[in-house]
Amino acid sequence: MNNTTDKTSQSRRRFLEKISRAAGGVVMSGMVPGIMLGLYSQQSKSLPADAIRPPGVTNEADFLSACVRCGLCVRDCPYDTLKLSPLGDRVAQGIAPGTPYFNARDIPCEMCEDIPCVKACPTGALDPQLKDIDDAKMGLAVLIDQEACIAFQGLRCEVCYNVCPVRDKAISIEYSHNKRTSKHALFIPIVHSSDCTGCGKCEHACILDEAAIKVLPINLAKGELGKHYRLGWKEKQKAGKSLVTPDIEHQYNLPEGTHYDHEGEGLIQPKKTTPFEKGALDRLNEGRL
Amino acid sequence: MVVANNRAEHIILSQKKMGQDAIDKKGWLLAHKWLLLRRLSQLSIIFLFLLGPMFDVWLIKGNMTSSLILDTIPLSDPYVFLQSVFTGHYPELTALTGAIIVGLFYFIVGGRVYCSWVCPINIVTDAADWLRRFLKIKKSLTPSSLNFSRENRYTLLVVSFLLASVTGMLVWELVNPVTMIQREIVFGMGLSWVFIVSIFILDAFISRRAWCGHLCPMGAFYSVLGKFSLIKVNAINRASCNDCMDCYALCPEPQVIKPALKGAGSPLISSANCTNCGRCIDVCAKDVFVISHRFINFKP
Repeated sequence: MNNTTDKTSQSRRRFLEKISRAAGGVVMSGMVPGIMLGLYSQQSKSLPADAIRPPGVTNEADFLSACVRCGLCVRDCPYDTLKLSPLGDRVAQGIAPGTPYFNARDIPCEMCEDIPCVKACPTGALDPQLKDIDDAKMGLAVLIDQEACIAFQGLRCEVCYNVCPVRDKAISIEYSHNKRTSKHALFIPIVHSSDCTGCGKCEHACILDEAAIKVLPINLAKGELGKHYRLGWKEKQKAGKSLVTPDIEHQYNLPEGTHYDHEGEGLIQPKKTTPFEKGALDRLNEGRL
Repeated sequence: MVVANNRAEHIILSQKKMGQDAIDKKGWLLAHKWLLLRRLSQLSIIFLFLLGPMFDVWLIKGNMTSSLILDTIPLSDPYVFLQSVFTGHYPELTALTGAIIVGLFYFIVGGRVYCSWVCPINIVTDAADWLRRFLKIKKSLTPSSLNFSRENRYTLLVVSFLLASVTGMLVWELVNPVTMIQREIVFGMGLSWVFIVSIFILDAFISRRAWCGHLCPMGAFYSVLGKFSLIKVNAINRASCNDCMDCYALCPEPQVIKPALKGAGSPLISSANCTNCGRCIDVCAKDVFVISHRFINFKP
């Protein structure tokens, strides 16, 4: 009797020991590396500023869920733009190792019309829905240093504007007053996020030693207005009428006979009548020479 | 059983050079036949991938996670593919087709044929094991509290899938030395050699066959894939075994041999952990082992 209890308690102890050892094994071999890897993976979740993804990547998280790092996009890139980041990449620090990217200053994307990199991707990490390369959103060009950009010094350059494959849509030139000379205009390149594909040709071509215009991953480059913001004039345009108080035409206290044109003509003087014949004096009175 | 094997190994280690009997009987070349064939296979696969970038001959493009043969036949690693499925990504047909082709191949020839005939890390761990034997290192430095068992790789396999689904990323591929070294050989070397050196040190000086035999979840995946594979090593002449123990000493998964060699049942090595490397065939002076298929008729 005693012997059997002993045996059961022994086997129970052995069983418990086995279970706890197994649990310990799972903790050591599973949970510890699991947690470490999980934390490490969070580090690689955002894209470093100097790495741009190939076309067809709109969201870094979606991309990282699909890319198997096979490099077929790299192989099919006719301009050797794309590369697979090696572990400990010095160019794109912190990028998920083995994933494809390009550095626009080195070799920008030439925006091939048949998009061979997207075609080569076996997993759909590069979205096969992308049929028109002009719809690509690899990144966003930002004129990041206005102090260095020579256009802001009043010099003519416009190289970024001229190399842009979607010229006049993605980059336009806006004229503004040159305060220094008071004579000439500044020819300022302005990037429009609606049309910029992030190909990086502007950054590549920038004539400065260090580019003043740079392509950045969209999440770094793009601001976002608070969701609750409404721009009055846009809402008004959408609704076709003012949504706050009804529009009241501004009233000017003007001399009799004088009008004000809101559409742009401005102040309208009444026609002066004169008892005299038209002559030099009249012309002077009318303010003409 | 594992303990018993280790003890047996230690006895053997202290005596003579392993596989010497086989070399004396069959000659060096035949006593290394399968080993040499495996090295040839491993190196020529790397070479095939390098043909494109080095000589502009594109027989195969990409790397072992996904590739394209002659611009037509897609291949994808089923383990990496499954990780991406676990993230919630809906795969394209190309990758799916590739994973099915590769998966079927290993399902037939034996899952861990990947480990012993394809994986470049195998060269590293085999070299580490050779050094271990050469220096006659017998001790394992893994603390017993770690419970460093051969089942750990299956835990890691589950963890790698869990991590993929929790984070939505292919987390194991951030550190997977198998795909990493292969990729960096083909696409330009980064720091992956650090992993290789670490694995070599781990296997040579800390614990025997620590990486491939205990930790690698990729190997665990291929074990599961090849559980019912057609091609198996067979201890068909087990009656003539003279208990020299050379096969146990050189086998990367020695626990798989005993049931087939000493058991009363089928002489097939049925364990999914067997890598079909054929080393036991090489080192056996009595020609106990052969490569055969699982449906072979045998008389006990």
